[in-house]
Amino acid sequence: MRRLAIPAVALVVAVGLLALLAFGVAHQGTNSSIDSQVARGDYPVAPNSHLQLPILGTSGTESLADFRGKVVVLNVFASWCQPCLAEAPILEQEQQRIAKNNATILGVTYLDNSSASETFVQQNHITYPAIRDVNGNLVRSFGVTGVPETFVINRQGRIVALRRFQLAGDWLEQTVARVLNDPS
Amino acid sequence: MTRDARRTARRAARRTGRRTAQRIAPLLVLAASIAWIASIAFVSAAGATPKPRASLTDIENDVMCTACHEPLAVADSPEAESERNYIRGLIAQGLTKSQIEKNLVAQYGTAVLGRPPAHGFNLAIYILPPAILVAGIALLAFTIPRWRRRTREAAAETQEARPPPLEAADAERLDTELSHFRG
Repeated sequence: MRRLAIPAVALVVAVGLLALLAFGVAHQGTNSSIDSQVARGDYPVAPNSHLQLPILGTSGTESLADFRGKVVVLNVFASWCQPCLAEAPILEQEQQRIAKNNATILGVTYLDNSSASETFVQQNHITYPAIRDVNGNLVRSFGVTGVPETFVINRQGRIVALRRFQLAGDWLEQTVARVLNDPS
Repeated sequence: MTRDARRTARRAARRTGRRTAQRIAPLLVLAASIAWIASIAFVSAAGATPKPRASLTDIENDVMCTACHEPLAVADSPEAESERNYIRGLIAQGLTKSQIEKNLVAQYGTAVLGRPPAHGFNLAIYILPPAILVAGIALLAFTIPRWRRRTREAAAETQEARPPPLEAADAERLDTELSHFRG
């Protein structure tokens, strides 16, 4: 019995370390459940919607919940990202089209410094609001792993469509039109 | 006063004024030159860039490229370049390394730090390695004397269990028998 004591302790320590590793990996891992729920048509509620985040270029804060009742196209971007640069005029054009229909584009800067983001907004003549997710607390809950990513959220605050890569103008226009015309 | 006397007085006054102007002129030029030099010195002092108090190479080794999840020193991506430019700007402002790191955390979050802050799950990084080292040393300190004692005891038992030496007659017979096989 005494002979087994040391291997037993070593085994317990090894299992503990493996459990810790598994927890760490799971904690850092990506969340793809939103994608599968949206694909099934079982639209999930936008997570962390009450999280207050700083508005780019001002000292104020804003949360996703502040836009409740509006159709929101949440676009995660960074100034250094070339696909984001390509998306910017498409998003701005869409903003001009949908702003009068109780809908908005909402930019979320991620993995970027504020001065570079502000320059990006000015250079691309962006008029829609943008917030900064410095620690990634909002975007990670959406399963975001990089930029750009785009989520279309309906008036009830549910994610109804998403793009994990650079979006196309047609897709954006058609998706937003569908959500705006949805009576529910 | 006659007309001639008035004329003479006017001439004398003009001469005196000219002489005063001639005496003051170099002083005025000197004062203007000093003012001009002082203004240039002031403008250049105000516009001078502060002395750098940190180096990009030093900071790069301690911060991460947040998008590529690797140290900034080895990262080669648009995000890494953007981060480097931002750091260069902060260095040019004369900020120290710790001030720059604080600024980077404010902009990119704690993920930008090469060594994450010691709280929450991150504590494991700081606690586990020394704990494992101490446990390993304790385990060796406990087991090595026991192994050595066991080895000594086993050697003593082997010594005791060794068969007694052969009688002289038996040894001679054994040698004879073996010699047959050796040919």
